[in-house]
Amino acid sequence: MSRNWAYLSNYLVYSSMALYALSFIAHAVETAWAVRVTTEDSKKNMDYKRTEKVARIATAMMILGFILLFAGVVARGLSASRVPWGNMYEFSITGALAFSGAYLAALRKHNIRWLGLLVSIAVLLTLGTAVAVLYRPSAPLVPALKSTWLVVHVSTAIISGGVFLLANAIAAAYLYLDRMESRGERKAWAKRLPSLEDLDQLSYRLVAFVFPLWTFSVIAGAIWAESAWGRYWGWDPKETWAFITWVAYAAYLHARVTVGWRGRKAAWLCLFAGSTFLFNYVYVNIWGTGKHTYSGL
Amino acid sequence: MSQEIQVPELGSVSLLRYGWRQLTSMRTALILLLLLGVASIPGSLIPQRTQNPIKVGEYFKNSPELSKWMDQFSLFDVYGSPWFSAIYILLFISLIGCVLPRTIEHFLAARALPPATPKNLDRMEHHTSWSAQGDELEIARAWFKSKRFRVLEKDGSISAEKGFMRESGNLFFHLALILVLLGISFSSLFGMRGMAILNVGERFVNTTTSYDSLNNGKLFNEKNLPDFALTVDKFVAKYNLVTSSPEDYTLDVNFSKGDLTQSELRTIKVNSPLKLGNTSIYLQANGYSPVVTVRDSKGNVAMQGPVPFLPQDSNLRSIGAIKVPDADPQIGFVGSFVPTYSRSGADGAVSVFPEALDPRLLLAAWIGDLGLDGGVPQSVYRMDTSKMNQVGLKSLKPGETFIYPQGSITFEGYLQWVNLEIVHDPGKNFALLGGIVAILGLLASLFTRRRRIWIRVGKSVEVAGLAKNAAPGLDVEMAEFVAKLKGGK
Repeated sequence: MSRNWAYLSNYLVYSSMALYALSFIAHAVETAWAVRVTTEDSKKNMDYKRTEKVARIATAMMILGFILLFAGVVARGLSASRVPWGNMYEFSITGALAFSGAYLAALRKHNIRWLGLLVSIAVLLTLGTAVAVLYRPSAPLVPALKSTWLVVHVSTAIISGGVFLLANAIAAAYLYLDRMESRGERKAWAKRLPSLEDLDQLSYRLVAFVFPLWTFSVIAGAIWAESAWGRYWGWDPKETWAFITWVAYAAYLHARVTVGWRGRKAAWLCLFAGSTFLFNYVYVNIWGTGKHTYSGL
Repeated sequence: MSQEIQVPELGSVSLLRYGWRQLTSMRTALILLLLLGVASIPGSLIPQRTQNPIKVGEYFKNSPELSKWMDQFSLFDVYGSPWFSAIYILLFISLIGCVLPRTIEHFLAARALPPATPKNLDRMEHHTSWSAQGDELEIARAWFKSKRFRVLEKDGSISAEKGFMRESGNLFFHLALILVLLGISFSSLFGMRGMAILNVGERFVNTTTSYDSLNNGKLFNEKNLPDFALTVDKFVAKYNLVTSSPEDYTLDVNFSKGDLTQSELRTIKVNSPLKLGNTSIYLQANGYSPVVTVRDSKGNVAMQGPVPFLPQDSNLRSIGAIKVPDADPQIGFVGSFVPTYSRSGADGAVSVFPEALDPRLLLAAWIGDLGLDGGVPQSVYRMDTSKMNQVGLKSLKPGETFIYPQGSITFEGYLQWVNLEIVHDPGKNFALLGGIVAILGLLASLFTRRRRIWIRVGKSVEVAGLAKNAAPGLDVEMAEFVAKLKGGK
């Protein structure tokens, strides 16, 4: 029974990869065609129409991929009768889910479809790495992970991570376009991307939105550590890097709200903060020592 | 931010004031905050004494020169080092210097009325005007009240303000961080943390001498140790049959507190410690203690009982040392215990499962000087054989005896041991409270918009608004306000 769920989960993850790949291709075609669609063009223009069409296909593929991946993550959990956050394979597929989920959620309110190209390839690469390198058979949790705090702590950490990385992608896009503009006009394909100011605001709002959640995740982790390991804070490498990420984003928010940083400086600080999160996930999980050694590698 | 720094006249008071102002400036706080982040990096890459003393020891062995040099900069105790402490203490002083005056200011401002309506509303944002019907002021008054604005009414105009929670939340957040720090300091000054290894069946009475290791805060008083005793009744470890990974540990203890007259059965698991006020008892590790009887050549018992061995891998192959200092000459055994025995060509005896399905005790017997009188503390799991001679090797099943010229050793069986960590942490609830208030403050501060709305009614109605920090959403609110004013007639 449980093995069937695990197989089903694998098939769902593979299928979602196919859909993310299709979404990536559609986004690539969209970006290529968009070169011929300048903002002055009327909406009846042939090029505009087919660009719009392929963009919708791309988003639809991404939504389908998201749904299948979601089902895959749920099936993985069912296969072991627990939440699917017991090793790095499971963290990665859930992280990919959170990242594309954050993108799709933000897409409803903001015009960030141009980011789809980046999101689909990032998700595809994450899932590819998870399947090829990180995969471990589904197994029950070790005693230290058997706690309701696993659900609270890990889910909030994964969601925060997804949104932080999205903000990072936007900040990177800001820096890239900023450089392009400082050398003259934007290139044709970049013309339909949002203004620098909008990008700046958007990455800030994403961070401001998710920073309390990250704070909560760290505190939930501390409460859990108190009951599992006998101390709420012990400068374990994972804890240390979570703290560094927290400090970096706190500095980012202060720099923006109180000191009034905008634009390039803020984007660099945002990128730095996001990279501490990524470092924590990749380096500390795989090569680090300490108590958070649940990667299963 | 880009103010010119003016070098002051060097009176000592003004110098102090200058220093204080610099320390409590936003820019200094920001730099200290980033510095704190950077300063905590080395501790995550270099092994730390508090977490991994064995690795630190290896560091010293492998590169003694470098290690000594690093030790001078406290690189093996980063989080207790003077420079790390200096950064966070300065940061918190800066924080207090910044937050306290702002708290007072905010407290006064929150009780004051909003400033009067500006003369020329048409210069403000969101300005609209239309000809008056007469009841607009009343409608506005009711609307402001229902939306809980603070208002000042004067000369046919209302000035309304809302969003003080933004600054309140912000201040609460920072004050809560100070509370967290106080909680942590309180814990480390008055707290205590100790370890005790107990075989199943053994009894632990909570006095300082019962601990195998004990760390206590500078101001910890032994009288604060709560009175309790416990007896290890039963320990069950369940393992996955395929992967050997642990699935559940359950420890049952007979627990008695106070005057120790009554006892009750309590269960300790990995995620649910036994709690007694601010003291918690955690199940941290477990292993096997082979039970042995050592006899001399005449058959007299020289030593008898369980000896805890230290697990080396996930299948609980364990190593240990059995020392008999009272024998003459001294005798000792270096041993390894495998709960489920198997032979592998490369490694010799290995364990293939963590449960004791087919236990073996493999021993090397040594005769000579155990080196226990030198005053240098020795690990109980290892033996210094430099002044000893090996007299035999043997693999024993339970019940078997190994006879060597100077005597014999019998492998009677085994017991499981558990490692209990007992922690007295009086500050943790303050830290938790601080954490909760910090999040609430953060939410209030990030999601409250501070804004002012004005209305003046004369021949025409004039309204305008102003959002602080260019917070979005005022246009929607203004539209609603105007619609209400116009629709109310």
